[in-house]
Amino acid sequence: MKSMNTAINSVPVRLLSELKAGYAFLERNVNLTRRYIGWEICFLVYSMVSAFSIGLIGKTMGAGDEQAVLYLIIGALMWNFLANIFNEIAHTISWERWEGTLEYTFMAPVHRLTHLMGVTWFAILYGLVRTLLVLFAATWFFGLNLEGANIPGALVVLACACFPMLGLGLVVAVLPLMSAEKGSQAAHIILGLILLISGVYYPISALPAWLQPFGYISPVTYTLNGVRSALLEGTPTVQLLSLSGALVLSGLVLIPVGYFIFLQGEKYAKRHGLLKRSG
Amino acid sequence: MSALRGRGGTAVVEAPTCRRSEQNPIIARERKMHAIEVSGISKEFFKWESANKKKDVNGEADGARKSWFARKLPHRTKVTALEDVSFHVKPGEIFGLLGPNGSGKSTLIRILSTLLIPDAGEVRILGRDVVKDIYEVQRLINRVSVDAAFFKKLSAHENLIYAARLYGVPSNKVQALAKEILGKIAFDLDRYLDPLEDFSRGMQQKVAIARALLTSPIVLLLDEPTTGLDPKSKREVQAFLLDVRKENDATIILTTHDMDEADRLCDRIGIIDKGKIIALDTSEGLKSMVLDDLNGGAKDKKITDITLEDVFLHLTGGILKNEEAE
Repeated sequence: MKSMNTAINSVPVRLLSELKAGYAFLERNVNLTRRYIGWEICFLVYSMVSAFSIGLIGKTMGAGDEQAVLYLIIGALMWNFLANIFNEIAHTISWERWEGTLEYTFMAPVHRLTHLMGVTWFAILYGLVRTLLVLFAATWFFGLNLEGANIPGALVVLACACFPMLGLGLVVAVLPLMSAEKGSQAAHIILGLILLISGVYYPISALPAWLQPFGYISPVTYTLNGVRSALLEGTPTVQLLSLSGALVLSGLVLIPVGYFIFLQGEKYAKRHGLLKRSG
Repeated sequence: MSALRGRGGTAVVEAPTCRRSEQNPIIARERKMHAIEVSGISKEFFKWESANKKKDVNGEADGARKSWFARKLPHRTKVTALEDVSFHVKPGEIFGLLGPNGSGKSTLIRILSTLLIPDAGEVRILGRDVVKDIYEVQRLINRVSVDAAFFKKLSAHENLIYAARLYGVPSNKVQALAKEILGKIAFDLDRYLDPLEDFSRGMQQKVAIARALLTSPIVLLLDEPTTGLDPKSKREVQAFLLDVRKENDATIILTTHDMDEADRLCDRIGIIDKGKIIALDTSEGLKSMVLDDLNGGAKDKKITDITLEDVFLHLTGGILKNEEAE
């Protein structure tokens, strides 16, 4: 038995098997996206129309100021990207429960972190493609001029922002594990609150004083500041590194915390029979 | 186990010598131990009952004594799903688990599948604890449940390759292996690339069986696998399971409501009712025990022939006994 344990648990074998499993989640989600292409088009059109509407508000209120339009468009785009990562992770449990496959996923010999990382990689790729499509559409719709904008710098900030969003997603993903319906509803409420406090469409100074401290601790606030700074003011990437580093650090705190909470939730679900859909 | 009824417990059909054990010295060595050991497993769940139901359960007089909040608010009730369940399954054995709806069969399968943590007791699969050695246990087992749970928009191929990757099956072998398994259970291979949502329930169940067998599990947990299959498909699946046991040395736990299926496939059968194993024996042993019970030890036996369904009804509901008494 010892030799069998050794074979199963040897680091390279385990790592390779975890990598393959991680890829399985990515591939599965890509296949599902293809199969649900009608809904994908629907979501994409909705995101575009939403970004256009928000941009038009900026155009009206800012008396044609292109900076005001871009400020709001960046908010819409970044929210689209970050909310997508958050949603993919947070709702992966409720969605699998709805499909009825949750028990099979939890029964497979796969580390939970591999499972969630696989879902995250897909979320990042998917979010990036969707955000870029909306960005191209908005640039065409408003005739935006991105000359002087530091696009690579904005992408660096965005990449670093994936870490805290993954952490937050893990914290919230546990909710649908504890309660199928209410957990999903709670996840939506939390996402809405992040939208409110993080200065997506306005500076957080516009928030009531008692809400502003929450805005200061939200990683989304710093992500938006960094991306706006890169795109609106052309801030060099070097100057964005401290902010990017802070985002990575917050992720390094949030991911283990979120993962720990998720594992506790999984144990609770297994004690109380919450993984099953029926039967 | 002392509370169990039955007398032919040792008359288990020994698993035939198999290719896999000969090839794998580790498995051969592990044949000496029980494939599955369930010791004193108990599991309780809590359910929320509505205020109205509570009133019915407690009665007016009881309800009247309680506070307004206690009467009007939903309350939590305890449901015992399994109570001190113990049994073992030998390597290569097909062990049947029969019981009425809600008797605890699926709870037990979920505990064996590492999806539920028992409140008390211990379950070991090839010596590994299902709670402590979860990763190792998961590599040894697979399960087919009554509801063929899939990503219904994805094709059979896409679902199977996803499952195979999770278990580390090389992706270049999946298609050939899957088609081989599906071919043996009369799956129409022309539909292999069609979305599962276009399949009948029986076809989905066949894909579910292929998904479980793709990973070559040493222990196969089958929770009503043939429910929803037509009689021909049912026979094909049953024959295939016997092949799997013979060729792969798989140990199988089978829950079913189909008594003929249990009679045909299972080496031993445990009957579970209200969370307790109330009888455990070979099919013949169970029949003989119930016959004795029905004839009351009389020398001139009035009842000489009995089916497994009769046994089941007698042990779980007493219906047959009442009918005979009339």
